[in-house]
Amino acid sequence: MSKQHPDVPFAITLDIGSSLANRTGNWRTERPVYLDRLPPCNNACPAGENIQAWLGQAEEGDYEAAWREVMRNNPLPAIMGRACYHPCEGACNRSALDEVINIHAVERFLGDQAIEKNWGPAVEAAPSGKKVLVIGAGPSGLSAAFHLRCQGHTVTIHEAGPVPGGMMRFGIPAYRLPRDIVQAEIDRILAMGVALELNHTVEDIQTEMKNGGFDACFLAIGAHLAKRVDIPTPDAGKILDAIGLLREMETSDNPPLLGRRVVVYGGGNTAIDAARTAKRLGAEQAIIVYRRTREMMPAHDFEVDEALAEGVILNWLTTIKEIDDSGSFVVEKMVLNDEGWPEPTGEFDTIEADSLVLALGQNVDTGFIAKVPGVEIAKDGVIQVGPDMMTGFEGLFAGGDMVPSERTVTVAVGHGKKAARHIDAWLRGERYEHPPRHELADTDKLNTWYYADAPKTVQPELDVIRRQTSFDEVHHGLDETNALYEARRCLSCGNCFECDNCYGVCPDNAVIKLGPGKRFEFNYDYCKGCGICAAECPCGAIEMIPETV
Amino acid sequence: MSDMTAEQKVKFYQKGTFTAGNRLVDQARRSVQASMERSNAITSGHRACQGCGEALGARYALDAAMRATEGQLIAVNATGCLEVFTTPYPETSWQVPWIHSLFGNAAAVASGVAAAMRVKGREQVRVVAQGGDGGTTDIGFGCLSGMFERNDDVLYICYDNEAYMNTGVQRSSATPPTARTATTPAVGPEPGNVFGTGKNLPLIAMAHNIPYVATASVANLHDLERKVEKAVAIRGARYIHIFVPCPLGWGSASHDTIRIARLASECGLFPLFEAEHGEVTGSIPIRRKVPVEEYLRPQKRFAHLFKDGGGERIARLQRMADANIKRFDLLREAEEAPL
Repeated sequence: MSKQHPDVPFAITLDIGSSLANRTGNWRTERPVYLDRLPPCNNACPAGENIQAWLGQAEEGDYEAAWREVMRNNPLPAIMGRACYHPCEGACNRSALDEVINIHAVERFLGDQAIEKNWGPAVEAAPSGKKVLVIGAGPSGLSAAFHLRCQGHTVTIHEAGPVPGGMMRFGIPAYRLPRDIVQAEIDRILAMGVALELNHTVEDIQTEMKNGGFDACFLAIGAHLAKRVDIPTPDAGKILDAIGLLREMETSDNPPLLGRRVVVYGGGNTAIDAARTAKRLGAEQAIIVYRRTREMMPAHDFEVDEALAEGVILNWLTTIKEIDDSGSFVVEKMVLNDEGWPEPTGEFDTIEADSLVLALGQNVDTGFIAKVPGVEIAKDGVIQVGPDMMTGFEGLFAGGDMVPSERTVTVAVGHGKKAARHIDAWLRGERYEHPPRHELADTDKLNTWYYADAPKTVQPELDVIRRQTSFDEVHHGLDETNALYEARRCLSCGNCFECDNCYGVCPDNAVIKLGPGKRFEFNYDYCKGCGICAAECPCGAIEMIPETV
Repeated sequence: MSDMTAEQKVKFYQKGTFTAGNRLVDQARRSVQASMERSNAITSGHRACQGCGEALGARYALDAAMRATEGQLIAVNATGCLEVFTTPYPETSWQVPWIHSLFGNAAAVASGVAAAMRVKGREQVRVVAQGGDGGTTDIGFGCLSGMFERNDDVLYICYDNEAYMNTGVQRSSATPPTARTATTPAVGPEPGNVFGTGKNLPLIAMAHNIPYVATASVANLHDLERKVEKAVAIRGARYIHIFVPCPLGWGSASHDTIRIARLASECGLFPLFEAEHGEVTGSIPIRRKVPVEEYLRPQKRFAHLFKDGGGERIARLQRMADANIKRFDLLREAEEAPL
């Protein structure tokens, strides 16, 4: 510039990008890595659904993709969205912010969309040439049939009853699970090429398998023998069992006669179902008698609440001793002892009622199964199976209510899927190995600052008068607007949802954004390992691990 | 005070509402930092410490300014950490036109650059001056005040990490009371920086009646970008004061930089507000109120407050936070759902 010093520049200039020569990655003592953690909803789902994934697809408005994701694990979404007791919601991390996601309502919305729009699954696997017999067309058998069919096997279901559905029809009342929904989802499975033989009672499994040329069998006949208790009565006709009552509702043209005053004995969900059914059949008085306290009832809280709202009366800490000659029910008051067990007090009372419905649980009809060599009957009269759902008889698998487990529709569906995987592997002479589970994404892995407050959408309910007089469905569904809203409340625990936070907060530009759907990767040449990305990741999808020196 | 949060209203609540991006909304409504096309004003290889708040704040601000000016931007830098860690000879990490002169004259140089652009008929080229709190509140204060009173067409951005970090953590006039620095050791009857000292530069800037003054934080990216964008759209002297935690000088964990900045605003010690022509026009309400302890505890510079006799000093800091909350109305309900 100046005449005196022609070599000295006016200013020192430096080249763009010259700092890239300085590989600051070697400062690092810890490195961030992306990972997928297990969302608590998925962890809690007895059917092993990837709930977080399908909520993610639903929140983009791609309901068909979301429904197909549900179907990968559970072929009955519309049923599940109604009948499942949604343990997923009990585990949902959103409870730490405001309220849990109404997951079952979104699932139901997806299931109903599929029925309305006629979405159907496609069988993509090549025919395996193997034949599998499924005994029982309940949720477990249907689930197994669906998965086995998807794997390319030829599947035949033998059902003893006149209609398919099992407990979804004979156990869960129509006001909780409308029958057209049950039929639609079963029809969809049958349309995949699953053969169904109704009124086909299996008496000899081995002969049945041999005659039909079946390579394997999945046994899922449920537990439908009502447990009884001996209550002295002058008129045995007054006593019936809940499961028989619910079954008769389905199979008989004339509803059972219960009288004006009905007593239901038991504290489980079936007791609640029986009492609510009695109410709908016109009983003026439906009383549930239970020997322990309300808190100890195995029935789900929300069902108890709904029953109370419909006018069902709850009489806890009470046992029924006898029905006396005048037809009065003699009951004894109980008290909880120090260990929390009910003990008789010697205080008696009477209840006037016209009928008694026993809802004390169900047993498995093991008669014909016990004849199969190697099959073990576990305690409580259920069938013993291994971790692969196989009984002691090679090639005979079992699941649902008839094996030791919690008895719910969702557990049954999960058993069907699990058994299908093992049957499929067994047919190929292999063993199915479940991929290792990811670490749980619990609340302390999240940075909830980044989620806005958004209270849960409440499903509208049928008014109480109509609930007391009809079998119309109690809960209404969500419409598209609020289903979308609900899906968008999901925190995506443990799984990157491409919020760009890591990409934004890195002081060293060491996060590379790969574009929509491709997530991100770290540039370890420059990442100094400060850990801001992991700390500010809303959903806990980044972990810091020590560098090895 | 409604225009602060009215800017973006989305039909549904969405997961990741406060995150940098959101795959469910239009590109235009996501932050500049979420964009694959952002300028990356400071690129990788700079020598800032792990978790540096200033490196982050400067990239946030200049990337936003670059987008707002469509790349027609010149940045003038005061001496300080930002200058030292980005341009150790012969390297630079700047990817924008950038000039450094002296510690105290950034505002004056920027005024000159703006004048030159005007003379050359290139008024679309906008000028940003930037410095740390030392270069702004102490050493460059005279030049800055002059730039303000002449209403020169410059956006001045101060990255406030509350002391001279580059030279070894000496106190500045932005160092808060009780903070331990190399020159305010935690000894004696009033350990750390003493109460009743220091200056509040955003309020001093407002006293110049310049068109726009705002505070911002690396913990609130959307707000920071919006303020930069707004400032760039205004002609005349503008001032933005950005809170940038310093893990080294504050004795905090490098991964806590954003969390600490968030706590500073959520406890009320660093209120986020903006003002036009000397009048406060908006503030960001506190979402999850916390006591000042939560902000102070993760920082070693405040460790002495949690020993014997610190309670009264913490109470005094709490009163400062409460005064801010009252003055800027920080505990009102948010008017509308944010982005």
